[in-house]
Amino acid sequence: MSHMPEAVALTKRDFESDQEVRWCPGCGDYMILSMVQKTLATLGIRRENFAFISGIGCSSRFPYYLNTYGMHSIHGRAPAIASGLKLARPDLSVWVVTGDGDALAIGGNHFIHAMRRNVDLKIILLNNRIYGLTKGQYSPTSEQGKKTKSTPLGSIDRPFMPASVALGAGATFVARTVDNDLAHMGHVLERAAAHKGTAFVEVLQNCAVFNDGAYAAVTEKATRHDTRLMLEHGKPLLYGKERTKGLRLRGLELEPVTLGGEGITEADLVLHDERGPHATLAMLLAQLELPDFPIPFGVLRAIEAPTHDALNARLREEAHGVKGVGDLGALLNSGETWVIEEAI
Amino acid sequence: MNVQSGLASEVRQAPRRIEEIDAVVIRFAGDSGDGMQLTGTEFAHAVAVAGHDFSTHPDFPSEIRAPAGSLFGVSGYQIQYSSNPVRTSGDELDVLVAMNPAALKVNHADVKREGLLIVNTGAFTEANLAKAGYASDPLTDGTLDGRRFIGVDITQLTENALSDTGLSKKDSGRCKNYFALGLVLFLYGRPIDREIANVRKKFAKKPTLGEANVLALRAGHAYGEATEPFEVAYRVRARPATPGTYRSLTGNSALAFGFVAAAELSRVPLFLGSYPITPATDILHELSALRHFNVSTFQAEDEIAAICSCIGAAYGGSLALTTTSGPGMALKTEALGLAVMLELPLVIVNVQRGGPSTGLPTKIEQADLLQAVYGRNGECPIPVIAASTPADCFDCAMEAFRIAVEYMTPVILLSDGGIANASEPWRIPDIGSLPKLEVSYRTDPEGFQPYARNANLARPWVRPGTPGMEHRIGGLEKDFLSGAISHNPVNHQRMVEVRATKVEGIANGIPPLRVDGPTSGDLLIIGWGSTHGAIAQAREQATTLGKSVAHVHLRHLNPLPADLGDIIDRYKTILIPELNGGQLRKMLRERYLRDFALLSKVQGRPFKVSEIYDRIIELC
Repeated sequence: MSHMPEAVALTKRDFESDQEVRWCPGCGDYMILSMVQKTLATLGIRRENFAFISGIGCSSRFPYYLNTYGMHSIHGRAPAIASGLKLARPDLSVWVVTGDGDALAIGGNHFIHAMRRNVDLKIILLNNRIYGLTKGQYSPTSEQGKKTKSTPLGSIDRPFMPASVALGAGATFVARTVDNDLAHMGHVLERAAAHKGTAFVEVLQNCAVFNDGAYAAVTEKATRHDTRLMLEHGKPLLYGKERTKGLRLRGLELEPVTLGGEGITEADLVLHDERGPHATLAMLLAQLELPDFPIPFGVLRAIEAPTHDALNARLREEAHGVKGVGDLGALLNSGETWVIEEAI
Repeated sequence: MNVQSGLASEVRQAPRRIEEIDAVVIRFAGDSGDGMQLTGTEFAHAVAVAGHDFSTHPDFPSEIRAPAGSLFGVSGYQIQYSSNPVRTSGDELDVLVAMNPAALKVNHADVKREGLLIVNTGAFTEANLAKAGYASDPLTDGTLDGRRFIGVDITQLTENALSDTGLSKKDSGRCKNYFALGLVLFLYGRPIDREIANVRKKFAKKPTLGEANVLALRAGHAYGEATEPFEVAYRVRARPATPGTYRSLTGNSALAFGFVAAAELSRVPLFLGSYPITPATDILHELSALRHFNVSTFQAEDEIAAICSCIGAAYGGSLALTTTSGPGMALKTEALGLAVMLELPLVIVNVQRGGPSTGLPTKIEQADLLQAVYGRNGECPIPVIAASTPADCFDCAMEAFRIAVEYMTPVILLSDGGIANASEPWRIPDIGSLPKLEVSYRTDPEGFQPYARNANLARPWVRPGTPGMEHRIGGLEKDFLSGAISHNPVNHQRMVEVRATKVEGIANGIPPLRVDGPTSGDLLIIGWGSTHGAIAQAREQATTLGKSVAHVHLRHLNPLPADLGDIIDRYKTILIPELNGGQLRKMLRERYLRDFALLSKVQGRPFKVSEIYDRIIELC
């Protein structure tokens, strides 16, 4: 069901709850919370029609700080709870806020199935590549070799790339942004909100206490032009301070090139396409890593597909069409019945 | 094989003799691919339509298609029907229909002395005898001494009957269950016209197979009529029952109907979130086919997602239901705790099976009681009720939602493998006579506090989308009134106590217990769940011998009914028969500080009436 823009004049302040925010000083979550509050006010949806569902972890405190309906649930299960809520109440705008451990470790199953079903949910994953609330263990997105309290000799696990997990599970909307670029984050959140279906947004988020500087290369002014690839649909994959670097296709791989060298022009670069029939390009982009490649930001993929909640509502209509509106008396009397007469 | 040839050729000369009997217990047994469940179900329908009371016990392996002829692949369907009220599917068999040597080996010891064995001799090949572990032929070596035995080459006779259909040997082999059905319908004086119409309806999409089954059915019936060994047919006298319209109903279907009734009567949508698990899956099947009612079903990715989707739907204002069995219940534990903290209405059905772990998936056990009452972290009280018969499942489904909604709490409804697939006649209730289910959501923001409570200590049900009442709930401990996070030590104690008091208070709304038998005396039997039939019948038998025995059967297990303590005090001895190691006994000992005698059985099988009867005689 679509949200008709309503005549509601809301501001960021309308979405601030009376609860004191309890994240650590310097946590990236503050910026994300602020941007989400700001974005919600612009969507033309009445405040009571938002529901924010979270699991467990630092990120999952989010609903307490939003003056909407909200549920701080149990570890990893927010997508399942949100799916049930959206199926029961297609009129609501249902959001999930989760983290790298919550979504990809304990809640991995619910995460992939939310992507697969395409329930109309907005899922924001705050990826700080560490377990914060339990005080600093490696997470499913921590880099190999990472030394933490639970991996004093370095992590031997290979990390997930959240966007590629989502794409592999069939996500219809996948985007990436970063906590300190508010303008970009706002743009991505608006796109996610407008998407019909499961919209997955990965926000690279700095944990100032247990993983400070994890994203320094893409957030520092000195380096970020060379480390960020800002995606725009239909535009070439260009990056670098002077926009002289780009990505071209070599076989089935992306290859970094410099414009001008060896006669390479913009025409040689791959054009970004959010809407291809297959997720191939998005998957290539999702897996790019420093230092050989820039990190892509923006909408990796956005395709139209029927939402699970809309299909679910249609099933009811179809059932009515075939069987008519259910009649309880007829149901109880269905099948083979027999009558015992009053003895005379 | 001489037995088979000797019998098949003897054509009956004398007129048929009809013997009137009060009750009969029949078991159909064969390979899991032999269609014994279908044969049994169809026979049950035939006797139901004739107005008999009946009770069934389907008993099948957990393998879908176990190797043909193997002992572990034997599938059985037992039915008792009678001119008197029938409480159980029967202790001993009057008739066993065994479709192969394995079925004979697994089942023949249950046939009573002078009971009848109808054996498909066509399956008694050397290979099949070997598969069943028979060193010699049990039909001739004395194994069956003391029982009457009729050999019929059902395999060959079915093939003969279908010779003109052009069906392959393999396909005609699939029709032999209908031959057996026709034969037994004859033996018990049931007409086959109705059955023929049923077969045609059932196989409407495969008319060739349907007609082949009709031929097999007719052939079985005609064979009984024409051959000497079946010179006696039996008639079970019709039973004077309460007037009304009846149908046959399994426990799982009754649950589905009860939940639909709750949704229709309350005008609140029913949301089922479930993950397939034996023996609960049929509830998911039934409700998925009823989406033209106010019903939505969601097959979740796992047991955890199933209950979590329900928590979401309950938050949204639906009557939320999840259905599972023991192992799934274990997975749902954490979410149950969340539902207790959120104080949202939710019904969790556990159709118990043999445990622990994967245990005995298709067999009966009642060993999840303590799990239901206690099995969570923290002080986490959840009301628990249990259904006692297939038909009782209908009432329990509505009762579970009544408690859930009136007290804003998750409710666990226990069924078990004994009543889930078993069927019995059900007098179809008048819709107007069903209990009302009132649901109201709070919409008034004036003075709203998310955890303020009413007289039942229930907090208000507020649906997202209600203006002016935006609030947050969660699994962290909450302030007594506002629901905001609170780590205040005094507040926590208060919340723990109020959650417990709320659940204890449910006892105030439970009607007085019904005691069958003397109101005081030597022995009281306390039962719960599917043991109802066996206990009731054993008590009746003991009573006819002049024993002073009473029976009370508990639907409400947490909280226990308020009058149970007084009732217990009126008897010298209390017996608790349970299909577990003594779980209710443990609860009652703790609660009433006295001892209780136990009859424990954990064999994946229901109680026999005689087992309970013998224990009664030991005790009084």
